[in-house]
Amino acid sequence: MGTTLDVRVKRAGKVYRDGEILSGVVVITSKDTVQHQGISLTMEGSVNLQLSAKNVGVFEAFCNTAKPIQIINSTIEMVKPGKLPSGKTEIPFEFPLQMKGNKVLYETYHGVFVNIQYMLRCDMRRSLLAKDLTKTCEFIVHSLSQKGKLLPSPVDFTITPETLQNVKERASLPKFLIRGHLNSTNCVITQPLTGELVVESAEAAVKSIELQLVRVETCGCAEGYARDATEIQNIQIADGDVCRGLPIPIHMVFPRLFTCPTLETTNFKVEFEVNIVVLLHDDHLITENFPLKLCRM
Amino acid sequence: SYFLRHARARNYVSESEMCKLESIPLDFGDYHPLKPITVTESKTKKMTRKGSTSSTSSSSSSSMMDPLSSVLDGTDPLSLFAAAADPVTTAPSTDGARRKRDKDESSAVGSDFEPWSSKRGEILARYTTTEKLSINLYMGSEKGKATTTGSAVSEKVRTRLEELDDLEEGSQKELLNLTQQDYMNRIEELNQSLKDAWSSDQKVKALKIVIQCSKLLSDTTVIQFYPSKFVLITDILDTFGKLVYERILSMCVDNRVPLPDNFSPESVNDTAKETCLNWFFKIASIRELIPRFYVEAAILKCNKFLSKTGISECLPRLTSMIRGIGDPLVAVYARAYLCRVGMEVAPQLKESLNKNFFDFLLTFKQIHGDTVQNQLVVQCVEIPLYLTLYSPAIDWILQCIAYHAPDVLLTEMMERCKKLGNNALLLNSVMSAFRAEFIAARSMDFIAMIKECDESGFPKHLLFRSLGLNLALADPPENDRLQILNEAWKVITKLKNPQDYINCAEVWVEYTCRHFTKREVNTVLADVIKHMTPDRAFEDAYPQLQSIIQKVITYIYDFALLFSVEKFLPFLDMFQKESVRVEVCKCIMESFIKHQQESTKDPVILNALLHICKTMHDSVNALTLEDEKRMLATLINGFIKMVSFGRDFEQQLSFYVEARSMFCNLEPVLVQLIHSVNQLAMETRRVMKGNHSRKTAAFVRACVAFCFITIPSLSSIFTRLNLYLHSGQVALANQCLSQADAFFKAAVSLVPEVPKMISVDGKMRPSDAFLLEFLCNFFSTLLVVPDHPEQGVLFLVRGLLNVIQDYTWEDNSDDKVRIYTNVLHLLSAMTQETFIYHVDKVDSNDTLYGGDSKFLAEINKLSETVVSQILDHLKTLGKEETLKRQSQLAHYFFNTILAHGDLRNNRLNQLSVNLWNLAQKHGFADTKTMVKTLEYIKRRSKQPEMSHFTDLALRLPLQSRT
Repeated sequence: MGTTLDVRVKRAGKVYRDGEILSGVVVITSKDTVQHQGISLTMEGSVNLQLSAKNVGVFEAFCNTAKPIQIINSTIEMVKPGKLPSGKTEIPFEFPLQMKGNKVLYETYHGVFVNIQYMLRCDMRRSLLAKDLTKTCEFIVHSLSQKGKLLPSPVDFTITPETLQNVKERASLPKFLIRGHLNSTNCVITQPLTGELVVESAEAAVKSIELQLVRVETCGCAEGYARDATEIQNIQIADGDVCRGLPIPIHMVFPRLFTCPTLETTNFKVEFEVNIVVLLHDDHLITENFPLKLCRM
Repeated sequence: SYFLRHARARNYVSESEMCKLESIPLDFGDYHPLKPITVTESKTKKMTRKGSTSSTSSSSSSSMMDPLSSVLDGTDPLSLFAAAADPVTTAPSTDGARRKRDKDESSAVGSDFEPWSSKRGEILARYTTTEKLSINLYMGSEKGKATTTGSAVSEKVRTRLEELDDLEEGSQKELLNLTQQDYMNRIEELNQSLKDAWSSDQKVKALKIVIQCSKLLSDTTVIQFYPSKFVLITDILDTFGKLVYERILSMCVDNRVPLPDNFSPESVNDTAKETCLNWFFKIASIRELIPRFYVEAAILKCNKFLSKTGISECLPRLTSMIRGIGDPLVAVYARAYLCRVGMEVAPQLKESLNKNFFDFLLTFKQIHGDTVQNQLVVQCVEIPLYLTLYSPAIDWILQCIAYHAPDVLLTEMMERCKKLGNNALLLNSVMSAFRAEFIAARSMDFIAMIKECDESGFPKHLLFRSLGLNLALADPPENDRLQILNEAWKVITKLKNPQDYINCAEVWVEYTCRHFTKREVNTVLADVIKHMTPDRAFEDAYPQLQSIIQKVITYIYDFALLFSVEKFLPFLDMFQKESVRVEVCKCIMESFIKHQQESTKDPVILNALLHICKTMHDSVNALTLEDEKRMLATLINGFIKMVSFGRDFEQQLSFYVEARSMFCNLEPVLVQLIHSVNQLAMETRRVMKGNHSRKTAAFVRACVAFCFITIPSLSSIFTRLNLYLHSGQVALANQCLSQADAFFKAAVSLVPEVPKMISVDGKMRPSDAFLLEFLCNFFSTLLVVPDHPEQGVLFLVRGLLNVIQDYTWEDNSDDKVRIYTNVLHLLSAMTQETFIYHVDKVDSNDTLYGGDSKFLAEINKLSETVVSQILDHLKTLGKEETLKRQSQLAHYFFNTILAHGDLRNNRLNQLSVNLWNLAQKHGFADTKTMVKTLEYIKRRSKQPEMSHFTDLALRLPLQSRT
């Protein structure tokens, strides 16, 4: 109880990029003087891959891929063994966030099967009698802006009963015509996904129209791979029987941490897709899928 | 009784001359303390102040300047300092400041904008329901659902259990069967728990509450309650918006210096920005459209922390986001909320307001679509009712648009509405939201549009009502006025439903009264009567009918004119419920008293008002409150006082007689009538200069008779006594001696009935002070009342003394003796050769008896009796506890003898010395008073013929107090 350890990075958003210097302070508060065997600070970055339950049996063979892939790991000794005075002690630190060689600093990403995470860990080693103290603090890495201009890739779409695949009884479908466009499927991650959608006509009343953001994570190696698509978020853009012929805006903000620029490496892939889901009153569900390419500018 | 009393002979004329204050000629000079201060000095100081108001006003009003404003004129050190400092600070920045002010003006909503808060109550009052409501709150994770469903517990137990873990993480709460009041309480509870969550730093929980609340807005079951629900829930959203904004603002405090009001995003620190961003990201991920919209709109203001253009980018986006809301009613209220937030945060961004309205017009056709119609069928709601649910929202949007908008824009809006087939709903909202002047100037256009417009379920009479409301506020062009009335009334008169009709007519009456003559007003009133009479429809429309009367009497307050409106009285006949009728009568009478300047004898007015007053009077019954009676009596009295037939006194009297028979239940009115009749008698006397002819004498006797028979019907004994006395005096003044005697006899015989306690203003008080005052007054009058030839000498005085003797006085009071002492004053006055005052043309006893010795002997006999009574009483006060009273009374009696007695008489002289000693005997005398009395005697002794006072003074020792 006596001694507490805290790690604080300087930026409020905790966001850092390759080549920048990660600075902050380690704060130690204690009523009495603190005897310690040295304080060190470790910066770690790693990719954690997890195999989904359905795939685990098939790919047990390459369990090595499930081990975390280290991206960055460096430790500095902040304070030599000794004593710290009572009260609050702040020890500033600076870490250059630099990759060696050709290695890339992946962007922070929290997914289901793929997790890319960066941590600062502060350890205070103490004598046998007292427990060692550890405090971790996550910081967020944004990849550098991609060079070159992002080419917008607008997509127009039309959805009618005829355009649908996977329909069992096409005859039982109510007639409808939905048109729209996405301004671009190449998206800047900081900008929302935009577009418009018009329900030109629909025999059945519309119940809801939603945008489903999906992550597609692929883990694998030479032996094979596992590809899983899971929902990140679902944003309703229309509620109830909307006015026919009136353009409804498509607008979705990409959530932080749960999205990152589309990533493709030898061991894993993180990709994103959006589904436009139209739910009709007789519980017909119409889905139109659009792969996205996210990048950071 | 061994004592003979000698009254001092008095010469009243010389005495009064002697006692008069020295008269000093009044000097009507320049000075008077109440005169306004006039400052004539010219202003030489030149102030370099910017404020032009002070300098201009002082120069123009030099004649009427008050000292305070002259102080404010820049001579005090502070303003001098300010004046000196002004040019330095403002000169370089004047330009900037003005620009800033201009900007402020456009960015702040002025006080001429009717705020939401004033609409709030109206909506809550208007859109109510008796149906059962439900709240479905679902806080967070899926686990909650599993725990509450499936179990076999009854509904009641379930809700109770849920209340226990009220709003806990993952709880679901479904409250069914709520009455409207329950619902409102629940919402208020949620508002409170939002604040609690916030203050206990549970920001996530707070957000969840807000999301759940705004979700309720997507629920349109019990649709007639929706507008009220909107009001309640947006209150919560407003609270939330404020909390978030203030929280982030508090994070911006740098070195304890808070941000200025119009800060720029650059001055916001990173932590605050990050927090703000976090909120926006959190909100952007809300799954459902409606909560996402409302919560984001609620914290729209927070965009200021992030970027300058944030709000102007957000508003259009949110505006088009509403397009996704399928239900047109939900959508239009969402628009209203956005406009409301927009007006508050960035009123200069008018584009979005317009866009909202145009988008609404685009979706207007949905109202008649299948989805809506099916819903109405399920809920059993008629289209006209459904359409009125839109009004508050559309009114608000249009009000925001119309605020300070140029006429061009309004015209464009109108055109757009017209394109939509002159929809009645829109037209109505246009009329209630746009400036009255704008509408009034185009009244004819509007009437044309109303006529043409597609009713589509929205009742047309509401349109005419709205138009009428505008015309009550602003005047249409002179030439159109009559035509407007004709066109409007043509439609109004065709309305079949009496409620619809009266709601419309009520509004238009004001317009009619404002611009037209009694002929038109009469026509309108006649029409209202015609519509409201069948099936006694007026019974359900009293408030409206009452408001019509109010409006008529506001505009026509010349009562001669008012009552010449033929249908006015028949109109009043519609108020058949007594309470309402009395209210209306009161209004009319109040207006009469307020506006009638001169007294009147116009038979039309008199008849009508008598009728009205009679109505008020007849409403009085045993249950009527005192206040109410007083109020009614005041009104009726006000009327009676305004009636005058000039020289036709007989007519006047017969009016009073009639009034008496009409208002017999209100005593204050009877009192007023007695006073009025007395006044009439005195007026007659004045006209005849005191010499009544046979005719006027008879008339005056009639007046006296009126009073005599009216007074006994009053219940308050002192009112009766005073009126007897008063009327007796009037009778005496008019030489009606026997009548005066009758009054005085009546008064005398009434005195024994005076109770010991009387009620004054609802409290019981002892009556002695009142009685004492009355008796003194009475005795004073009796001085001049001549004796009746057939009754003995001083018949009335003796009678009154007997009554006083027999009256059961309070055991330990000296009132009786005090009165006796006062009687001595009277008796001494009676012994004078010429009485101190007389009634013109009435011979008092001094003339009648001419100082006859028999008469004087009678008086002496009386006084002897009285004095002995006093002395007896003084003796009984010899006990320990009454010594103080004895002292006081003795001193009082001493003073009387000093003033009225002839102290040259030895026995009287001795008596006074004894009294003086008695007063001082037990140390209860007030030394100061005694000293002053002695000084007075010494001073008097210097006057001629008063030398015996010197001896008296020597015989009066002053007892020093031990």
